[in-house]
Amino acid sequence: MPPTDASKPVLEARKVSKRFTLHGPGQYGKEVHALEPVTLALHPGRITALVGESGSGKSTLARLLALAHPPTSGEIRLDGERIAAARTARGKRAYYRQVQMVFQDPFSSLSPVHRVRHILGRPLQLHGGAQDKAARERQTVELLERVNLTPADQFIDKFPHELSGGQRQRVAIARALAARPRVLLGDEPVSMLDVSIRLDILNLLGSLRDDGLAILYITHDIAGARYFADEIKVLYAGQLVESGPGEELVRDPRHPYTRLLVESAPDPDRIAPPPDPDGDDAPPGEPPSLVDPPGGCRFHPRCPLAVPQCATTFPPRTHLSAKRWVHCWSHDAGVPQIPQADPVPHTDCPVPHTDRPVPHKDKDNSP
Amino acid sequence: MSVDAAAVAARGGFRLPENRKVRAGLALLSLFVLLALLGPFVVEDVFGMSATAIDTSASMQPPSSAHLLGTTATGEDVLAQLVVGSRISLLVGLTAAVISTTLSVLVGVAGGYLGGRPDALLTVVTNVSLVIPSLPLLVIVASYVKGRGGWLTVALIIGLTSWPWGARGKRAQTLSLRRRDFVLAAEMTGESRWWIITRELIPTLAPLISASFLGAVVLSMFADAGLAFMGLGNINLTSWGSMLYWAQNASALPRGAWWWFVPPGACIALVGLAAGLVNFGIDEIANPRLRRANRDIRRAAKAAAKRAHRENS
Repeated sequence: MPPTDASKPVLEARKVSKRFTLHGPGQYGKEVHALEPVTLALHPGRITALVGESGSGKSTLARLLALAHPPTSGEIRLDGERIAAARTARGKRAYYRQVQMVFQDPFSSLSPVHRVRHILGRPLQLHGGAQDKAARERQTVELLERVNLTPADQFIDKFPHELSGGQRQRVAIARALAARPRVLLGDEPVSMLDVSIRLDILNLLGSLRDDGLAILYITHDIAGARYFADEIKVLYAGQLVESGPGEELVRDPRHPYTRLLVESAPDPDRIAPPPDPDGDDAPPGEPPSLVDPPGGCRFHPRCPLAVPQCATTFPPRTHLSAKRWVHCWSHDAGVPQIPQADPVPHTDCPVPHTDRPVPHKDKDNSP
Repeated sequence: MSVDAAAVAARGGFRLPENRKVRAGLALLSLFVLLALLGPFVVEDVFGMSATAIDTSASMQPPSSAHLLGTTATGEDVLAQLVVGSRISLLVGLTAAVISTTLSVLVGVAGGYLGGRPDALLTVVTNVSLVIPSLPLLVIVASYVKGRGGWLTVALIIGLTSWPWGARGKRAQTLSLRRRDFVLAAEMTGESRWWIITRELIPTLAPLISASFLGAVVLSMFADAGLAFMGLGNINLTSWGSMLYWAQNASALPRGAWWWFVPPGACIALVGLAAGLVNFGIDEIANPRLRRANRDIRRAAKAAAKRAHRENS
């Protein structure tokens, strides 16, 4: 399926973290811990879904990858080469030739004063090598046809306000494709769209994946991610908690937060109310304050499986299979443990970092 | 049809705006511009009137067939003065407005978009200029210059003292635009900062900028008239302001010589009105949604509706 070398990641985030400094009275020195060190790699011809609720840091990660903010720590690598924050227009242009982003809100991501011709023509001129007008016109039409805005000559002279939300998002995707990037960062690209249009856009992204694009698909809809993502990573309050192949992860979630997400997703096939780990209602509470986040695993105040250790130390990565891992003490053999020296062992090693037997126990092993 | 018309507009072809208010405003403005450009020749060369010829035998005459707008205390023709004076008043107003709007856009938009140190520096400059009271400064500088350098000096003084408020407003607007997704998207297209400022931010701010420009034209004309009225401009130049100065000097108001001070005052007010009307049209540039459908389309739609009605009945 992927025509290019899929084993090497195109774009990588290595242990990137982000803290935003707060301003204003009474907030001196306070920071929003938006993202804890996160490692993530995007491969050609694969869709990686990043799932989490509002404020979990998914958009922050996308913006770090898009160089909209400099990371507080860690580094972004493109083709294995470290990207120093591209300061010059030329450096940025070279980066954005490879990496493009589709924004969540098609109503604010298109400039209201330009026509579709200009919106698509500029990236073509800057990146596509379409210098003369005729070539630019032809390529613009091709782009519009690629995102199914046909007949293209009806759309080319439109202003964004003359288009519907779905059409605008197609224009936004076409703009991202105009640079012929190798990586597409989709920051909730369908969440503002009508349900009837979502599938179209998702199918479009799917066909782009088949063309060899590396896609980061950010969403809060884990069911939608399952539909077409090759890999799902779950982010909670700035910490990656679980990762695995889409179908497998949704069918058998191992982290209590992933379980919560899967159970709260509407599923027409499920008639009975979702089974509950505790017997009473789903884990209570809401996402923690990121200004003063809870220690250890940030999910512990809401977690039905919490043990005292959860409040002090973030659990190490437990590899369940070659492609699946989870950060949860309930999956670490011998639950109460002495806290380790390195509390956040985000390692890049592809093999399990513990020599303990990989626990394949059922969910019921929890207290 | 609409695509063609839109394409023509996109390629820079000129179409008269559809909005009637804008048309009225543009007509009024062009009338004044024509008056300023051609009026003096027509009045002086064609009709042989003079704005400065003194005729003591016909002082303080109310409007008559000989003097359509009456005469001043020294017997000068008010109509001739009004026409000749329009040139100076409009020139000062436009020049000062161009200077102050350009400065305020550059300082405000650049500061707001670039942020960081450039912004801090520009904000300090703006704030310092802001707290200098501009009218007293205007009076001091004008009284020092004493009309030397003609209208250009006056325009420079007005333009260089009236930009800070505009700069603050534009900076605030730019700050709110800067983090919008479409600006970020332009950055991610690889556009340069200069391109983003000139092609994304300034067009989006166009209504604000144009409103402040037209406001600045009117305010500069007021300032010019005010300076002249206080006798601080070059009172020997004929302008609407100096007309008011001489009218006040000769107690035109208590003597009931309305034909002397009403015309220049009304002209200043009319230019302000025209500026306001044109502003309606500039809103449509930044907000294309406000544009009404092309007249041809409207006509076709009306005809179609009529036809359908006829066929039904």
